[in-house]
Amino acid sequence: MADAALFEFLHTEMVAELWAHDPDPSPGVSAGPRGGEMGGRKGQKTSLSVLKGMGFRVGQALGERLPRETLAFREELDILKFLCKDLWVAVFQKQMDSLRTNHQGTYVLQDNSFPLLVRMASGLQYLEEAPKFLAFTCGLLRGTLSTLGIKSLVTASVAALPACKFQVVIQKA
Amino acid sequence: MAVCVAVIAKENYPLYIRSVPTESELQFHYMVHTSLDVVDEKVSAMGKALVDQRELYLGLLYPTEDYKVYGYVTNSKVKFVMVVDSSNAALRDNEIRSMFRKLHNSYTDVMCNPFYTPGDRIQSRCACACRGGPAGRGSCSESK
Repeated sequence: MADAALFEFLHTEMVAELWAHDPDPSPGVSAGPRGGEMGGRKGQKTSLSVLKGMGFRVGQALGERLPRETLAFREELDILKFLCKDLWVAVFQKQMDSLRTNHQGTYVLQDNSFPLLVRMASGLQYLEEAPKFLAFTCGLLRGTLSTLGIKSLVTASVAALPACKFQVVIQKA
Repeated sequence: MAVCVAVIAKENYPLYIRSVPTESELQFHYMVHTSLDVVDEKVSAMGKALVDQRELYLGLLYPTEDYKVYGYVTNSKVKFVMVVDSSNAALRDNEIRSMFRKLHNSYTDVMCNPFYTPGDRIQSRCACACRGGPAGRGSCSESK
């Protein structure tokens, strides 16, 4: 039972640490509030990509460790179902709430009470802060898919905490 | 015991290949390389046949007069190939399977190593020691 809490705390601290360095005055030409804003945005982008990178590496390792002893994946949909069931249960102790697809390479995974957001708020408060807490998970999904042989682009969106949607777009090489 | 063990990445390049020290190590490399075609055949054959449970263990890939070659593929399309001495009186299927299982476990451990970047050659000394176990006694040789 305590395992879930350990990961949540670690994740919260990761996000906090990466954003602690954010309010840096930008060394750019334009001084003043505009310059600070630009520096802030660039810093944010870097932090988001650092989080995604971390999630990616973890996803790669999980993609190796989790699948069962049989070659279970006959097609893409099987792999996505594996993500929604086995991966989510292993990391968040619950299954994904819904999986939708347009059968043309786009999948939308919906979680109605995402464990990393559930502690924050219920509703529209902190909506702007939510993407930071989803970056790691986006990377996680992308990493697992890449080990299982699928190149993809994963984005997350939040309409109201703690429900969130992950959109996976498969990229045909 | 196994005379050669190889881990081949998804893109068909070797991540790790070790053989018992002999003069003709290149022969083992060549055998592993040719066995990749057989692996691909088996995997695509399995895909077409509507079998409910598809095995990771591929079984005997092909026998030569001195050696037998066995294969195993993981869910991430990483292939393990093992070359075994034919003269060794009947190494049972079970034993080969358990050797592959140990290999799979050590490979998974390598993947989880934070200092390992997926796609690099495997140079972990721990992995070499594990190979020493399933592959039997006999020193491992560096084969680059």
